[in-house]
Amino acid sequence: MIQVKNLSKSYGNFPALSEISFQAKRGEILGFLGPNGAGKTTTMRILTGYMPPTAGSAKVAGFDVVEESLEVRKRVGYLPETVPIYPELSAREYLRFMGSLRRVENLDDRIDEVLHKVGLQDRSESYAGNLSKGLRQRLGLAQALLHRPEVLILDEPTIGLDPAQIIGVRELIREVGTDRTVMLSTHILSEAQQICDRVLIIHQGRILAEDTPTNLQSQLAGAERIRVRTSSDSKSLAKLLGKLPDTEEIKLIEGGVEVSGPPGKDIRPIIARTIVEADLDLLELSASSVSLERIFLQLTEEQNAREDSE
Amino acid sequence: MRIISIIAAREFRRYYISPIAYAGAAIIFIILGGVFVMNIGFGLPTGSLRPDGRMVLQPLVIILMLVTPAFTMRLLAEEQQEGTLELLLTAPVRDWEVVLGKWLGSFGFLLVILAGTWIFPIIINRFTVPGIDQGALLSAYIGLVALVAALLAIGLFASSLFSNQPAAYLTAVGITLSLWVVGGMRAGSSAFSQAIAYLGILNHYYDNLYQGVIHLTDLIFFASLTALALFLASQVVESRRWR
Repeated sequence: MIQVKNLSKSYGNFPALSEISFQAKRGEILGFLGPNGAGKTTTMRILTGYMPPTAGSAKVAGFDVVEESLEVRKRVGYLPETVPIYPELSAREYLRFMGSLRRVENLDDRIDEVLHKVGLQDRSESYAGNLSKGLRQRLGLAQALLHRPEVLILDEPTIGLDPAQIIGVRELIREVGTDRTVMLSTHILSEAQQICDRVLIIHQGRILAEDTPTNLQSQLAGAERIRVRTSSDSKSLAKLLGKLPDTEEIKLIEGGVEVSGPPGKDIRPIIARTIVEADLDLLELSASSVSLERIFLQLTEEQNAREDSE
Repeated sequence: MRIISIIAAREFRRYYISPIAYAGAAIIFIILGGVFVMNIGFGLPTGSLRPDGRMVLQPLVIILMLVTPAFTMRLLAEEQQEGTLELLLTAPVRDWEVVLGKWLGSFGFLLVILAGTWIFPIIINRFTVPGIDQGALLSAYIGLVALVAALLAIGLFASSLFSNQPAAYLTAVGITLSLWVVGGMRAGSSAFSQAIAYLGILNHYYDNLYQGVIHLTDLIFFASLTALALFLASQVVESRRWR
């Protein structure tokens, strides 16, 4: 459904995307994970036909995004990061305007259908400008779904929503993603893990990793750090844990240490046993969740090291 | 055509809920009404003015030069500001269709306003004998429509340049006033000053059309100016592709 080959985009001299390639199949939910400014929005704008790439090619639903832009746009539903609404139109009027531009058949019935799907059926006469952020997001999603697109492209669909709304939108994406290709961007790792079948990690315009969330997680488990606090002081605790074969890196922190183990191996049981056997009181033993920043750091370091050795 | 008409219809309807449109229409009708009353009250009885259907048109031209940019300033600037342009241009809609649709919508609204100003000639015609010169009036109005078409296109072009509406307004007023004052260059005798003077937008209105003489060259001038401004506007919209 989506085929991207060596896609590059520069804004002036600034390379926003550097030769990225990836594919997405029908029925797949593809996550685009990266910090702000990584190139996620740029990629999406290219795929939706809003602007052309500087080099490389991209095909959506079998059509080239530059040569057959209108055909691509007919088949893509797009929700930009800031939901584009016309505040003076009601939800229904807004959908009617977009639906008529997109030649949706039986428009009024279809509008009722999508309003129902996104849970806005009771607010169809409200002015879009009076809707809360979460409801606007839903309206944006309704707009993206209106013409039954084969490909749905969602830029940060859960940003700025409250937790309940986030869950609602995620469920909705899962539901609509069963029979079409969905590509969504996020900078929240757990979100990508929850909704996506496959995740691309993008940083500074390059794809650093591409895999299923589960594989990615185990691959990155080495980055997991265990925080340990005991009744003893940090230095002697570090010394004690340093004797264990599996502790790789020990860092002193306030009131304890942070330990990292080998990839894919949980070293928490052995740490607990060691501390108890040394007759210390264990106050805290927790795995600090892998932050996205650390993953990027790790992946970019790996990449730099690879480039240096080449 | 279908897409252009959808966009035009939406812009046209939007003017009816726009405070700026009401303010602009109010300025036009209040000032013209005042001018009209003064003319009727002081000019006609003393004989210093002859009954003329065009007596409100000169102030109207000046007001239009200042007011039409207010009608057009948001057309593209607001869409860029709100990010809705991204929505429009990722729908199967061509850039120029958006530009043309918006221009048509604003043109339609201005036609309604111009039709409203016809009330003054009707009143004069009703209360004077033998009435007014309908031919000259019609010609002057045809010229006015052509002028407004160009003013709106210039305003739309200015709106395409900015995501800030006041900046779009001032730019449009600047272009329009410049096109007005360069008309004074025809006092010069060189070919150069004559060429520049040809751009004088109001010369093309007052020289013939206002006098009741419809010259094709004047209409072609306004049509070309309109087409050029619309072309430039769609080029600016498209420039996001190579910026």
